[in-house]
Amino acid sequence: MARMGRLTAAGIALAAAGATATGVVVHRRERSPRAAGSDPRPGRWQVVTVAGRPEEVLPLGRWPEPLRRLDGAVELHARPAPGGRGTELAARPLGGDPGFPGLGAHLVGDDPGRFLRQALREAKQLAETGEVLRADRSRLDRPAASG
Amino acid sequence: MRALCWEGADELAVRQVPDPELRNAQDMIVRVRQSVTCGADLPLLAGRSPYLVAGDVLGHEFLGEVVEVGPEVRRHRVADRVVVCAAVSCGACWYCRQGLFACCDNGTAGGPEAESAWGQPVGGCYGHPARTGGFAGSHAEYVRVPYADVGAFTVPEAVSDDRAVFASDAAPTGWLGAELGEVGPGDVVAVWGAGAVGQLTAGAALARGADRVVVIDDHDDRLRMVERHVGAEPLNYRYVDVAAELRERSGGRGPDVCVEAVGMAAGPPGLLGRLGGGAERPLALREAVHACRKGGTVVVLGTWTGSVDAFPLGAVMNKGLTVRSARQHGQRWIPTLLDRMARDELRTEHLATHRLPLERAADGYALFRDRTDGCVRAVFTP
Ligand SMILES: NC(=O)c1ccc[n+]([C@@H]2O[C@H](COP(=O)([O-])OP(=O)(O)OC[C@H]3O[C@@H](n4cnc5c(N)ncnc54)[C@H](O)[C@@H]3O)[C@@H](O)[C@H]2O)c1
Ligand SMILES: [Zn+2]
Ligand SMILES: [Zn+2]
Repeated sequence: MARMGRLTAAGIALAAAGATATGVVVHRRERSPRAAGSDPRPGRWQVVTVAGRPEEVLPLGRWPEPLRRLDGAVELHARPAPGGRGTELAARPLGGDPGFPGLGAHLVGDDPGRFLRQALREAKQLAETGEVLRADRSRLDRPAASG
Repeated sequence: MRALCWEGADELAVRQVPDPELRNAQDMIVRVRQSVTCGADLPLLAGRSPYLVAGDVLGHEFLGEVVEVGPEVRRHRVADRVVVCAAVSCGACWYCRQGLFACCDNGTAGGPEAESAWGQPVGGCYGHPARTGGFAGSHAEYVRVPYADVGAFTVPEAVSDDRAVFASDAAPTGWLGAELGEVGPGDVVAVWGAGAVGQLTAGAALARGADRVVVIDDHDDRLRMVERHVGAEPLNYRYVDVAAELRERSGGRGPDVCVEAVGMAAGPPGLLGRLGGGAERPLALREAVHACRKGGTVVVLGTWTGSVDAFPLGAVMNKGLTVRSARQHGQRWIPTLLDRMARDELRTEHLATHRLPLERAADGYALFRDRTDGCVRAVFTP
């Protein structure tokens, strides 16, 4: 089984094999498809696969932005994805329980799962493309040019 | 600048909007020379997308001139004449590296909401709601082009604007259809829909050596084009039994490859549709599945965003069909298509049946939507 690197802001330590990032959750009752936001385990791992090897995605084992800002509030795991698909980057609120004692509301808002997912997406984009893609500014964001 | 804004169901207006600006280092700004209507716009125009917002600028197939480049743009410089792929893709994620540009992980500026509609985020597109883009459309004087090195292609001098503009979306979609069908010599191919996409699919199938290509529609003017400009066989479904006719033209086997190039209905949404639900009736797709020979391939090129009703899964299963679909991965084919255009092997000008100044774009969409006056595609010039 693949080993997963456990990360702290200071560096990588290898965690036990088969860490729970992709662990199977057994539900008592199948209710599917489930609407977004109704996850019965809001503290679950959020995972993205980033193109590139772990040492490229996390040079010197340092957390990528914008996850670095969340040090102390989330745990982060990285491991090579199978078949050369890159690096699986997983994050979840420290403690893992729905109460998120380590996650300040000021940091993550009222939907930590969504917040983490967005942070992972941005980390992935930064690693893959060098920037975070921004939408066009809408008409409402700024006044129309004169004329 | 001036741009064609969607104002509500079936309401369009050319308005003054802010000029686009560079938002990322890999962006550039293109001054639009030509921008074309597309079948994909019709459900948006009709208000079938609950995510389009009044004021959004439509249009995604365009060609123009570079007027400003971001610091990370390497392949383009000011004054280059470029055709821009309708799909916005990063070129760097795993999907882009596999050539699946329309599946790009980084092609939309939306947040995790972009994932909820289809389970995963897909690549972006100009002139579409934020979950498939976040980028203003091309029926405007200027357009911001993200990932400019990946999505914009310099047009060879030998290729006119009128021809090259179709390399943005319609031609790569046709190429995609023939490739997904793995069309080759000996194949009988049937294409539903004689719009620009259907016609260019038929042309791509012939270019790949198909033995016989039949295009099905009920618009005689479009079907005449199929005969004259593509060299494929027309079939008007209003007058004949399509299944019987296709059986007859394929030795009783049924076509080896059946391509659906029709897409969602363009009429006004029902109540469920307005709420973002409800199922579409995929009439042409059902016919394609029934007509296809055993073990054949059905390719879905038409745009679908939600569910369809009464999909004949039994025929798929029992006949051993392969069903394939995609949005075009234009970045993969546009250079080849431009070469073919330069060699005169791919001609597209006839599709531009109507040319109008941007100021009259609303009239152009009325012609295109109602298919009046033989309109196949309307091309706008700012
Ligand atoms: N896969 C992609 O990347 C991609 C790219 C561009 C366009 N598209 C989609 O391809 C489709 C075609 O695009 P277009 O610009 O040619 O559109 P279009 O609206 O000009 O043409 C559609 C044609 O289908 C015909 N049609 C309708 N019902 C039919 C039926 N039951 N049987 C046979 N023909 C029927 C119409 O008469 C019309 O001529 C649209 O759904 C569009 O959104 C997909
Ligand atoms: Zn299009
Ligand atoms: Zn990509």
